[in-house]
Amino acid sequence: MKFTELKVGQKILFSGIIYTARDQAHKRLVEAIKKGKKLPIDLKGAIIYYCAPTKTPKGKIISTSTALSADGKQIRTIGSCGPTTSSRMDKFSLDLLKAGVKAMIGKGRRSEQIRKAIKKYKAVYFLTYAGCGALLSKYVKKMELIAYQDLGQEAIYKLEVKDFPLIVGIDAKGRSIYDKKRWTAF
Amino acid sequence: MRPVSAEKITKVVSDLSIQANQILRKDVFFLLKKAYQEEKNKRAKDILSAIIKNALIAKKEKLAICQDTGLPCVFVELGQDVKVIGDLKSAINKGIELGYKKGALRNSVIKDPLSRKKIDYQPAVIHIEIVKGDKLKLTVLPKGFGCENKTQLKMFNPTVNWQEIKNFIIDTVKSAGPDACPPYVVGVGIGGTADYACFLAKKALLKTVVHYPSSVNRYAIRNTQYTIKKLEDELFKEINRLNIGPMGLGGKTTCLGINILTYPTHMAGLPVAVNISCHALRTATKIL
Repeated sequence: MKFTELKVGQKILFSGIIYTARDQAHKRLVEAIKKGKKLPIDLKGAIIYYCAPTKTPKGKIISTSTALSADGKQIRTIGSCGPTTSSRMDKFSLDLLKAGVKAMIGKGRRSEQIRKAIKKYKAVYFLTYAGCGALLSKYVKKMELIAYQDLGQEAIYKLEVKDFPLIVGIDAKGRSIYDKKRWTAF
Repeated sequence: MRPVSAEKITKVVSDLSIQANQILRKDVFFLLKKAYQEEKNKRAKDILSAIIKNALIAKKEKLAICQDTGLPCVFVELGQDVKVIGDLKSAINKGIELGYKKGALRNSVIKDPLSRKKIDYQPAVIHIEIVKGDKLKLTVLPKGFGCENKTQLKMFNPTVNWQEIKNFIIDTVKSAGPDACPPYVVGVGIGGTADYACFLAKKALLKTVVHYPSSVNRYAIRNTQYTIKKLEDELFKEINRLNIGPMGLGGKTTCLGINILTYPTHMAGLPVAVNISCHALRTATKIL
């Protein structure tokens, strides 16, 4: 699936790899980029999900959203994992887009600067079901800690997702789902 | 004096924090289903259906309804004839920590607000009111910050008219727009002082949320209550005409309900506070 061909408002089911990162992880990534340090993830082509999941409940056997552990038992892969408010990441997203991030997943509006940057760098901004962390956990097959462990749930995790529901919020042409007169009023 | 032990309080707060985070309030769930039935916008209907599914999964699989398990707020109504054996506040905080750990809920409390260091489960924000009687009422409200960030307070002049107050409340919802997980429940506090109006706005979210039929029987209830119900009804209708809709993508469901609490105020002013809740309005209460 080519993200650049997606149209604003379109709903897709995505399968592949996404990385969680929110406020503090963004701050650190941008600081690292500015200092020319090595980054914990390759941002080129990366999909960033604004999310800090709840802790993964242990010892429960659930029908879906699980993986088989080594001994063949079903284990839960992640806790509740919905999107957080994207606009708080606006001040960092330009640097990440410059570094090659191809998609962001969150909820709510983006700044005009970021909308233009999405167009310039041919990226895409997705929305996913806000406040539906329990439901979204069902589409996560694997979760792996990648960096910034000291941030707790705000650390960067690599998620392998299957059929994760996404709605195109801003497409590669810079068209925004919120781009209506009523939104520009405030 | 009726004794209540700190251990008992800890146990109850622990249970309430899990209950609040995993089981959506009945009134809110009912209104979401009603909204789903009445919604015509296709995308709004799809999102409402996801929200309803989410609540069912959370309950069944003992998962948090939302990964933002909030800054835990605890409302205490302490009967003046209750004697707490032990430390009330630390009993509550201990209960929060226990419950959040047991329920695998997110530790979102930042101990030092400026350095942003030290992530923890508690302390909760605790509101204690002394009331008559020998009961102890505990309510846990995990308040997500996507919506808490949209709170507004305005100190009006005493000569303000209702229309101006209404505009302020509606503008607050408008400025939250799509960002704070609509459909919202709107809590409004009118009167008191600046801090007290903010407290009332938050407390209004604890009240059962209902749709007020326009034909409230004004003789069945006291006059001031009638006025407030009428105002709630007007606001409810106007907010739902904003067409923000679920996730801010349009639709007739922008607000599930609105609760207003009032308190006497000073002759020189009128504080009005608005506290918005996302669609996952979570509270759990127990009376000891």
